[in-house]
Amino acid sequence: MTHTVHDTGVHATGDHDAGETRAQARGGADGYRPTATLTYATEMRRQLSRRRTQLTLGFMFVLPLIILVAFEFGGNSGNGGGDRGQFAALADIATTGGLNFALFTLLVSASFLLVVVVALFHGDTIASEASWGSLRYLLAIPVPRARLLGSKLLVALTYSGISLFLLTATALAAGTARYGWHPLRSNVADDIAPVPALWRLLGIVAYLAVTLLIVAGLAFLLSVSTDAPLGAVGGAVLLQILSSILDQITALGSIRNYLPTHYSQAWLGLLSTPVQYNEMIKGAIAAVVYAAIFFGFAWWRFLRKDVVS
Amino acid sequence: MPSTLSQRLRRALPRIRWTRRRVVTWSIVAAVVFAALVWAVLPKPAAYTTQARMLTVHTGPNGTTAVNLDTTYYEPRSASAAHPVPAVLLAHGFGGTKDSVTNQAEDLVSRGYAVLTWTAEGFGASGGQIHLDSPDWEIKDGSQLIDWLATRPEVEKSGSDDPRVAAVGGSYGGGFSLLLAAYDKRVDAIVPTITWNNLATAFLPSADGGAPSDGVFKKAWAGLFFGNTAFGGSGSGVRIPRPGDGSTISSVPGDSPANDPTNDPACGRFAADVCRAYLSIASSRAATPADIALLERSSPAGVLDRIKAPTLLIQGEADSLFPLSEADANARGLAANGTTVRVAWFTGGHDGGSGPQSDQDRLNKLTDQWLDYYLKGTGPTPSDAFSYSRIAGLDANTNGVVALAFDVPRYPGLGGQSATQVAVAGPPQPAANPPNGTPAAISSLPGAGGGAVSFARGITTDVPGQHADFYSAPLEHSVDVVGSPRVSIKVASPTGTAVVFVKLYDVDPTGSLSLPDGLVAPVKLTGLPARIDAAQPVTVTLPAIVHRFETGHVLRLTVATSDQAYATPAAPTVYTVALGGVASDTGIALPSVHSVEQAGSDGPWWWALGILVAALALGTVAIVMLARRRSRRRVLAVRAEYANVPLVVRGLRKEYGSFVAVARLDLEVRPGQVLGLLGPNGAGKTTTLRVLMGLTQPTQGEIYVFGHRLVPGSPVLSRLGALVEGPGFMPHLSGRENLSLFWRSTGRPPADSHMDEALDIAGLGSAIDRRVKTYSHGMRQRLAIAQAMLGLPELLVLDEPTDGLDPPQIAEMRRVLRRYATDGRAVLVSSHLLAEVEQTCTHVAVMHKGEKVADGPVDDVVGDSPTVQLDVSDVGAAERVLAAIAGVQTVEAEGDGLVVNMDGTPRSDVVAALVRAGIGVDRIAPRRRLEDAFLALVGGDTKASGER
Repeated sequence: MTHTVHDTGVHATGDHDAGETRAQARGGADGYRPTATLTYATEMRRQLSRRRTQLTLGFMFVLPLIILVAFEFGGNSGNGGGDRGQFAALADIATTGGLNFALFTLLVSASFLLVVVVALFHGDTIASEASWGSLRYLLAIPVPRARLLGSKLLVALTYSGISLFLLTATALAAGTARYGWHPLRSNVADDIAPVPALWRLLGIVAYLAVTLLIVAGLAFLLSVSTDAPLGAVGGAVLLQILSSILDQITALGSIRNYLPTHYSQAWLGLLSTPVQYNEMIKGAIAAVVYAAIFFGFAWWRFLRKDVVS
Repeated sequence: MPSTLSQRLRRALPRIRWTRRRVVTWSIVAAVVFAALVWAVLPKPAAYTTQARMLTVHTGPNGTTAVNLDTTYYEPRSASAAHPVPAVLLAHGFGGTKDSVTNQAEDLVSRGYAVLTWTAEGFGASGGQIHLDSPDWEIKDGSQLIDWLATRPEVEKSGSDDPRVAAVGGSYGGGFSLLLAAYDKRVDAIVPTITWNNLATAFLPSADGGAPSDGVFKKAWAGLFFGNTAFGGSGSGVRIPRPGDGSTISSVPGDSPANDPTNDPACGRFAADVCRAYLSIASSRAATPADIALLERSSPAGVLDRIKAPTLLIQGEADSLFPLSEADANARGLAANGTTVRVAWFTGGHDGGSGPQSDQDRLNKLTDQWLDYYLKGTGPTPSDAFSYSRIAGLDANTNGVVALAFDVPRYPGLGGQSATQVAVAGPPQPAANPPNGTPAAISSLPGAGGGAVSFARGITTDVPGQHADFYSAPLEHSVDVVGSPRVSIKVASPTGTAVVFVKLYDVDPTGSLSLPDGLVAPVKLTGLPARIDAAQPVTVTLPAIVHRFETGHVLRLTVATSDQAYATPAAPTVYTVALGGVASDTGIALPSVHSVEQAGSDGPWWWALGILVAALALGTVAIVMLARRRSRRRVLAVRAEYANVPLVVRGLRKEYGSFVAVARLDLEVRPGQVLGLLGPNGAGKTTTLRVLMGLTQPTQGEIYVFGHRLVPGSPVLSRLGALVEGPGFMPHLSGRENLSLFWRSTGRPPADSHMDEALDIAGLGSAIDRRVKTYSHGMRQRLAIAQAMLGLPELLVLDEPTDGLDPPQIAEMRRVLRRYATDGRAVLVSSHLLAEVEQTCTHVAVMHKGEKVADGPVDDVVGDSPTVQLDVSDVGAAERVLAAIAGVQTVEAEGDGLVVNMDGTPRSDVVAALVRAGIGVDRIAPRRRLEDAFLALVGGDTKASGER
């Protein structure tokens, strides 16, 4: 005798019940509600308990202080001369005020450090649970898979955001304490008064956050695809570096416009007078599209995946 | 035999299973990526053809001098006699060739115009000499090029010999278009760019309105053109930036007729009369009436009334060669005769280059609109609005300037629509004229091109002692200047004449100077008194600029005696300079216009970003809602007959690709049961448990837990506690923290966790507060069992639970599990150890090669079987004896052994009967049913199912 779902003896529950009773009607244990599992707060706690989270956040706090000390000890060697581009330009005026110091700190962090940090927070999400073996127990609670990804992604985004904010805030506070609250100077435009300059700095942080979504998406996608956390983090960083290298090859022509890192410097437009939004908007569009593709594919993959780790 | 390399490689490399679905998916992805790459990389097939040919024109005052012109004709593929298209004569700049305008020609031909480019007489591979756009020479050439266009069947015509044609060009080419339109009525529209109105006043200006005969010679520009072009550009070629094509052009050295020894070495390819005029002006620093007549013959100024073709005048703001006043003169002259004229300014020019991309886009749009309407007859009527752009700052991304574009409904001229009077003050000051003009102040760098002079602070310099300065107070409001400021000055000179350069600096609060667009007003004054008291005020019209003087900035009016770009009197003199007018009227009149800023080009991008974000947000919300709705609406099958059965598995099958891990499994776990799932490694036990935990999707079959269908994520999973494939903990946390965080993750009330019971079962003592990474294997195992028991789930699923436990702990675990399976609860234990199942479980199911081979109560399956194994001294005799005992039969005989089915007969009776018959019994051993079943079914073949 074979049974089918629609056999006799089957009754369907309506959906007018309240959440809890519905979950129980569907066989859940007492007190079990899918929407209460692995909440944002719980996942925040779980991640905060990890050394890597604590160390990363600590480093974001310490880095500006290290840079500050380096400027203090380094003195003014004034080797000048050679054209070292934007970096030298901003390094030379980094000590003219807190805003400039924060800007410089962001500049030196944006291209690699922040990429690694974001890749770490996102690439580690699912892969580390898989490598510990705890992923299968979360799924057996059961935490619905989409919810698991959602909680983990939100938490990863939160910690990435906190890192970015912490770095900027510390740099701004330390820089202002040491160098004072002066207008933002740049070598390409007139000084910008402190208050508008603060808005621009926030704009730069926001733009960096948006472009880092690409790394976040890529690392997250790799994280659901592999059981090795380092593989996901490293893979995301490697691809980012590859994209940066390809972007240097002008022979690629217009293809470069589609590289994920092509607009990573567009925030310089916020230092222009008047502000140049064009590249930034394109960069934001590219970032959102890339991130949507990566995140979408991560969801699509994880919801169908056989978890065998 | 050693395996071959390829075999070893195949084993070492991960195997990719090429299912049909994967092949299709990846093929589509690969095809899309490949197509996108090809599309991006392959050059687009040109929609036009080009034909290069030498055309011979008959030119000169008599029309008898044959000159070969090097031409290229761009023909749209869509053009034919049946569908004729209008044509454009595209002229190049001074020192260039037809190749200088290739980009612009390609743009135009792509927009559906037949384009004829040629190298003007005296340049490149063309013959003839340079006559400076003379009506007798270059302009006649142009008319004959129109004649040639009229012979082309694919060129649209207004009359039999009258093609629809526009003349477009910059600088030298712009002068050509204006003059051609004046001398040839067939020209239907012109777009002259950065060009002159009067060559005489352009090269011999005087900002007090003086005639060219009293002008200041613009020696730097003149010398640059003459010197570099006359001799085919030997040495560093002059690079003249041109708007429109984003490129610069340079004179080309090489085997041009310039090196023809028959040419006058002083004149190169210049025509004799032009050369003579230059040499005369340059050596005397002044122009004779004959020189002026020659220059004016090459100027549109005198023939503007003959131009009827609608004219789009584009002029550069950073242009010390042909400043905005030249375009202004053209515009006024054309408008006075009722000719349709439109004016546009941009931030580049002969000094400033092609300007930022936004300027180029704006000019291209204006040009396209102009040609489309007046030549092709399509598109909207171009308005006569005046548009200009102002450099607002620097773009950190491109290191270029940022220009904002503005519209004014009608062209206001250089006087603006309103004026702001800014007072400047200062005492009369002496200023020395250096001998032979050296050292000289620097305002612009003719020929350097491409840079934003006004922003490159430090380039403009004044020589101490050679200038008089007058300052304003810091501005209370910012002033946007569009047009020519005017100021009144007085100059005294012991020689009676003076050449001075009047400039208006913008001084920012830090004291740094900028000279808007590097422009100066040269003034030549005669009949001056020696003493300043006697001097009469002179009104000086400063160069037209587009500039914002910011609040707090100071205006500095500087009157200098020298400028590197101009010729000045050779004799050293000391002038005295003062402000003109009465004390109350010593101001600078700054003209302004009432303009509207053009919307930036960012608008559509902002929209795109907004729409994208909104679409993604809506899409995400929609997907979440849809998914929730679907899961809510899913037919919630509850099978009443299973409602009290902890676990029912029906026809379960799981394949990984082509590999069948579980072929077919039916299983039931009833309340109170501890069911052992027994099988060798790889029999499919773990695969079954993975499906049970919702980790993997079964290929076929159904699982019910208390009558609820179980699929990945089913709520009923919350009534199931599990330990599968070993423990999984966060290694950096203690056992207790792990358990409490795990329970927190379930979102269920803390009181339901029964944490203390679980910790009791784990029995870790004080180790519970140590970090898990310090635990031994067995400790982790016990913690994992405790985690599985959190909340006392009604069905407990344990995979090899005694793995890593020591014998006392195993014994304890048995008791725990037996006790657990009460109150309607049940336990499912998987193991590969017969003894463990025997001792722990009430029921057993045996799996082998992915299938269940036996199941039932342990006592039934594992307990004594009715058969015994007998080792006897005489097998044949024993068989006969046994056959005589009712109910007993020999099942099998082998060597000294017999397997006998006792069928209830006591073993002692059988032994007694054998002994009585004189048969020695070495050994009698009861056989167990499970062993029977296991060995019979497994047949000693304990290979994992994966190795089948």
